[in-house]
Amino acid sequence: MIEVSGLHKAFGDKRAVDGVSFSARDGEITGLLGPNGAGKTTTLRMLYTLMRPDAGRVLVDGLDAVREPLAVRRTIGVLPDARGLYKRLSARENIEYFAALQGMAPPAARAACDALIATLAMQEIAGRRTEGFSQGERVKTAIARALVHGPKNVLLDEPTNGLDVMATRSLREFLRSLKGAGRCVLLSTHLMQEVAALCDRIVIIAHGRVVADGTAGELRALAGEQHLEEAFMKLIGAVA
Amino acid sequence: MNAALIVYLKECRESLRDRRVLLNSLLLGPLLGPVLFLVLMRLVVGRELEKAEQPLPVVVIGAERAPELVDALRQMGVAVKPTVDDPELAVREQRIDLALRVATDFGAAWRAGRPAQLELIYDSSRREGGSDVERLRSMLENYGRHYGALRLLARGLSPGVATPLVVANRDTATPQARGALLFAMLPYMLVLTIFIGGLWLAIDSTAGERERASLEPLLINPVPRDRILLGKLLATTTFSTASLTLGLLAFLAVGLFMPTEQLGMSLALGPHFFAVALPVLAPLVALLCICQILIAAFARSVREAQTYLGIAQLVPLIPSIVLSVLPVKAQLWMYAVPLLGQQITIMRLLRAEPVPLYPLLLSALCTLLAATAVFGLTRRVYDSERLAISA
Repeated sequence: MIEVSGLHKAFGDKRAVDGVSFSARDGEITGLLGPNGAGKTTTLRMLYTLMRPDAGRVLVDGLDAVREPLAVRRTIGVLPDARGLYKRLSARENIEYFAALQGMAPPAARAACDALIATLAMQEIAGRRTEGFSQGERVKTAIARALVHGPKNVLLDEPTNGLDVMATRSLREFLRSLKGAGRCVLLSTHLMQEVAALCDRIVIIAHGRVVADGTAGELRALAGEQHLEEAFMKLIGAVA
Repeated sequence: MNAALIVYLKECRESLRDRRVLLNSLLLGPLLGPVLFLVLMRLVVGRELEKAEQPLPVVVIGAERAPELVDALRQMGVAVKPTVDDPELAVREQRIDLALRVATDFGAAWRAGRPAQLELIYDSSRREGGSDVERLRSMLENYGRHYGALRLLARGLSPGVATPLVVANRDTATPQARGALLFAMLPYMLVLTIFIGGLWLAIDSTAGERERASLEPLLINPVPRDRILLGKLLATTTFSTASLTLGLLAFLAVGLFMPTEQLGMSLALGPHFFAVALPVLAPLVALLCICQILIAAFARSVREAQTYLGIAQLVPLIPSIVLSVLPVKAQLWMYAVPLLGQQITIMRLLRAEPVPLYPLLLSALCTLLAATAVFGLTRRVYDSERLAISA
């Protein structure tokens, strides 16, 4: 469960995030939808404690992200925009490194790693060094290392960026399985099809502000449009 | 397991698989200094020796006017060259290095017991000829003194009458000390070895991770950033120390091949040097590594970090140059200055002089304090929000 209220963040004169409030519930996939530069990545960075908000509050499972960043980091798994791997380590070594940093003992880390490798169908690449991995293989490895400690909350920044159709489909299935397991999934995207296909709730962000928040049906009704894309354009336009 | 240890082990494992790191830390770093040194010394020492043993070519104008003198010069190692038309011009145009002109009335003056004139023709702006001129001049002076003494004896006087002063040279430099002058650059070579050994790990710790976009995911782990920094620092110092150890061993090997005895000097480059130099330099390794990491943390890219560190590694050259040009007497406060203290200690070791314990402890303490201060500074840079953000 992630609760965000009145979040502000400015870089110099530019107000990147200007009063964002929403919540992402357990057992649901919540989508942060917005055009490029709307403030999605900055919002997520404040959620996963990489940045301090200028004002506002982030609660993850009731823990304050500013006051207890380490505790929050234990309850979240993050696929950030930057998802580089260590190319001289194998996929498994990459995953186990993060497991160790999460404080897992080697046997537990190994077991969790095996389970994720099976779930993500990575058996063939697990022992290989990640140098020369395809985009899909890299994202799988990055997701596995982000989730190896079994976090209740999963944050993903543009997760399907650069993935082909097959990889995108399997990633979506994986995210649905997380939702099915009662986790709280929050992802950001600028792709309409993504939220339409995946998300239970949609938070539309433009110019650092939340312009709409609801299910796909609610948003269509709000904008008075049949198609989600039209509704999206109309809702964003209202702010611009 | 402690997070710093986890980071340390991962950094070491990754670096051991990196050919670039291995090449720099375990080959280039340790060998650059000793090899450069050996080549340089062979060149310099070899040339000096060659000169001293080789016949000295001198163009003699009017050799027929002073046959006895020319014979004597030949016996002292002068190769008399045939005369040229305009010796001044020939010297200026660098066709010949050195000419000796015997005055036309040389024979008459010599026989009459008056001072007979000789002219040395050379170009003092040419460094090459300097020692040749000195060599010829001292031969001529010896010859003149010899005959001066004979003339006094012939008149029944003691030659001592014409020698009111006798100056004897008593050079107190031990053979080791003379060698150490040549080796004034050795401390810097060792510093360079430390630098090169940790270079890639220091760059990789921030700029490299940021460039590969792996820094942000790393920092999202529930680990305080100073633990991550500590792990990376330990890995950097490990490779740096390995580089230094190999470098010192290489210098030991070089010591065996140095033609120093031929120049009448010796260097204390034995096992004792090795055993003392390593612990003396260890605090400096920690300081230099954390400085490298700090500097690299300000760089936006690997290339930029390389540029910064390239400039930074010239800074330790300053005390080396100062110490080799100005022969300062070691004061206690100098040991308190990181870099300078180690420099002085290494030079003392090379001269086989005793190294007192108290200044050594002072040096180690001050260097470690400086390293701790720089660590604190780097930690603040690590805690800043911008560190992880690549774009």
